[in-house]
Amino acid sequence: MQWLDARLPLPRLMYDSFVAYPVPRNLNYAYTFGGILAIFLVLQILTGVVLAMHYAANSAIAFDSVEKIMRDVNWGWLLRYMHANGASFFFIAVYVHIFRGLYYGSYKAPREVLWILGVIIFLLMMATAFMGYVLPWGQMSFWGATVITNFFTAFPLIGDPIHALLLGGFAVDNATLNRFFSLHYLLPFMIAGVVVLHVWALHVTGQTNPTGVEVKSSKDTVPFTPHATIKDGFAMAVFLIVFAYMVFYLPNYLGHADNYIEANPLKTPAHIVPEWYFLPFYAMLRAITFNIGPIDSKLGGVLVMFGSILVLFFVPWLDTSRIRSTAFRPLYKIFFWILVADCIFLGWLGSQPAEGIYPALALVGTIYYFSHFLILLPVLGLIETPLKLPGSITEAVLAKHGGGGTPSGAAAKAETRG
Amino acid sequence: MSVNDTAEPNRRDFLYIATGTVGAVGVAVAAWPFIDQMNPDAATLALAEIDVDVSQITEGQSITAKWRGKPVFIRQRTAKEVEEAKAVALTALKDPIARNANLPSDAPATDENRAAKSKEAWLVMIGVCTHLGCIPLGESGPYNGWFCPCHGSIYDTAGRIRQGPAPENMAIPLFKFTSDTNIRIG
Repeated sequence: MQWLDARLPLPRLMYDSFVAYPVPRNLNYAYTFGGILAIFLVLQILTGVVLAMHYAANSAIAFDSVEKIMRDVNWGWLLRYMHANGASFFFIAVYVHIFRGLYYGSYKAPREVLWILGVIIFLLMMATAFMGYVLPWGQMSFWGATVITNFFTAFPLIGDPIHALLLGGFAVDNATLNRFFSLHYLLPFMIAGVVVLHVWALHVTGQTNPTGVEVKSSKDTVPFTPHATIKDGFAMAVFLIVFAYMVFYLPNYLGHADNYIEANPLKTPAHIVPEWYFLPFYAMLRAITFNIGPIDSKLGGVLVMFGSILVLFFVPWLDTSRIRSTAFRPLYKIFFWILVADCIFLGWLGSQPAEGIYPALALVGTIYYFSHFLILLPVLGLIETPLKLPGSITEAVLAKHGGGGTPSGAAAKAETRG
Repeated sequence: MSVNDTAEPNRRDFLYIATGTVGAVGVAVAAWPFIDQMNPDAATLALAEIDVDVSQITEGQSITAKWRGKPVFIRQRTAKEVEEAKAVALTALKDPIARNANLPSDAPATDENRAAKSKEAWLVMIGVCTHLGCIPLGESGPYNGWFCPCHGSIYDTAGRIRQGPAPENMAIPLFKFTSDTNIRIG
């Protein structure tokens, strides 16, 4: 090992990053989702690579090849259900991870780049999941692809050429399926690349923690192994148990029955819905049913939908508060949970038909979403009176757990809790 | 690049810029095949013409033909539907332009301009919602025209957008009646 380390310091890098790396001693289970996401990226790549050995990216036989995977290929049903549900659980984990970042102010200086890399990973995940959903070539695959690629026609002048470039024709067809398969295979490796940068940026600035107070001395931290490894491992095991339950007992619960009907370019399903993890964005797209000056309703909807993600890039500069953790921001805490409720509300609206009162409600939800980031976040930081911050992480931990703590005693406590 | 910024640009500055420019052009030229390969090829682009026999379509019936991978609605409208479409004032329309490839691009969206030339009962249009490309359902919605189930766009009996997020009337392709019972699209 020393021989290798002298020539390529990989063992040292691993040791410094995942064994001796100091982590704040007060991390809670909300901080375990980064590790869970890493597991799911690996799981998706593994199941995806073996599924690609049996899948045929041709519009004439794609649907049948997926059915063959389900019926004939050894363990094919398990691999496909793991891959399909894995995507959903990937998004569950990423949403918890994002909201944890918003709650504990993980985007604030000096972690802006870390946050932006995370938003880029989120965008890549969305593109990957969308293209993967097209591959089974069912009705929802086909019409989802039609609707989403049509977003680009909303842009004046450049819209139609871009649309044709994406599809390779006038409508979604074999050319589209082939390129989506190619890109669906490529993007996870690009995600893995950005994840490396994300972890690198994390290890440069260090983790945040529930108090939002920076690490001040070695008393505030514990070594990554065994403390974080065991805690992350336990959370992963629990999360994977839930995942296994879905894979084995409710494998199609999160899917849509229409996708077991082969794609038919002449018939749109009565009710098109995207996968659940896109529903809030879908609701925002449909909320704009009126023209705004020179922007027609279609372009307006598309801009709002893209804007809802773009606004995340600017969160580090929109938040004016000097306090990092929401735990010490009594006013913002209320609005944070309203935002969470608003996103869930938008998700529910996205699953409803675009009739009656639903588009109006979606508009209210959309306006709230944007005003949270563009109005509440900058204004609250200026007018809010925060609670008193603890002097250090250690002080906060000891205050909570009744003092008496030498560092070794606290470390032992963390172990038993892990 | 030069040691002294105030000095006149010298030959070395010129060489840097010229080399950089040639390099950038080279990269752009080399990248173009990788981008353009995604565009529809000549075989896909070739303007396909289809002939559709409409002798079996009586009043109030419609068929869907497939042209360039898209559905084309061909409908012989009832007299009531034509009357309803004619009764609409142009100012009541969300999109007042006919969107008819057989007419000038600024033709108003009157019922005559939407329907087939001198056969006003016949409506031939690309059955793709101008919002996000779904296929609307016929003879439904409050205007008894078309209703798009995806995002709730409502079209009237002349295929004109009346309510909902779609920005334009449904497009009318180039077509003509080659005889009383045959339509050539494209």
